[in-house]
Amino acid sequence: MCTNILIHARLEGAGFGRKGWFPVTRANVTYDHPLHLDLEHAVTVDFVDEAGGLEARIGVELTVASARELAEALLAACAEAEAYETGAAQPR
Amino acid sequence: MADTGAYDGMLAEVTKIPGHGGHWISVYFVRPLGPGPFPGVVWLHHMPGWDEWTKEAARKLAYHGFMVAAPDLYCRAGTGAPEDVAAKVRAEGGVPDDQVVGDAAACRDFLRALPQSNGKVGVTGTCSGGRHAYLAACRERFDACVDLWGGGVVMRPEDLTEKRPVAPIDYTKDLSCPLLGLFGEEDRAPSPEQVREHEEELKKYGKTYEFHMYAGAGHGFFYHDRPAAYRAEAAVDGWRKVLDFFHRHLG
Repeated sequence: MCTNILIHARLEGAGFGRKGWFPVTRANVTYDHPLHLDLEHAVTVDFVDEAGGLEARIGVELTVASARELAEALLAACAEAEAYETGAAQPR
Repeated sequence: MADTGAYDGMLAEVTKIPGHGGHWISVYFVRPLGPGPFPGVVWLHHMPGWDEWTKEAARKLAYHGFMVAAPDLYCRAGTGAPEDVAAKVRAEGGVPDDQVVGDAAACRDFLRALPQSNGKVGVTGTCSGGRHAYLAACRERFDACVDLWGGGVVMRPEDLTEKRPVAPIDYTKDLSCPLLGLFGEEDRAPSPEQVREHEEELKKYGKTYEFHMYAGAGHGFFYHDRPAAYRAEAAVDGWRKVLDFFHRHLG
């Protein structure tokens, strides 16, 4: 909120948090002051259950380069997953 | 000046007061022990929330003779680990300016009503709290304001939101008290250009202010718990300036 960079992603999944498993309904992505990482700004990703209260959150704080690496890994995994599901994947 | 022969003590506790809209808010309240009279300071916490550093800063001011009320500006989002509360507020785009100003005014009134009060109350904060302090000093009556690297005093029209509908700089003509501003030359929020723009607006309206720009410092140079941000020389000098300013205008 100090940078006004805030993006929400609707998600369907589950996360393992401090009190066990919870539904993950949204990712809150920002580039803002991190709460722990010793940087002025970081990409922050909070996986949350909007109906689950404050503790239904798994948070990560990443450097921009790390966030980009994660995004590329996710996209690569999704591409392989889709190919696998459609039978287009080459056997490894 | 400290005196090794003098009694020294303080009270530090969380209390509750009615804040903006009559909502009960948590306040970290610190005061020197003794009859006073003591001046008051409202400390508005930074974006990471109502955290340990904020409470340490409040106790530092109390050590130097001020009663401090530091409200939990995020308490309407719930209670829990400061990180969880701050993450929720961050995901909602922050807290509304009107609400923060109302909470700050409630803390001012709380401090002024205390039997130990000397009747004067200042307002301060770092980061988003610096912005909020400036906003509160423009929209409410305070006796002194210290803006510690408050980003977003100058805002682009596209950054205005329902929660932040007016750029604080646009309230400058209404600034109710003397202002001290401390900034880092390497900061981007506020950038040195934005600080200069703010300064021009203060001059335009003939306001009493002192701005200091620290070379080699970025955002958060008081934060000793953030080694990458902390700048010892700027922090030592900056704290001296804050204490001197509040003593001059509130003492």
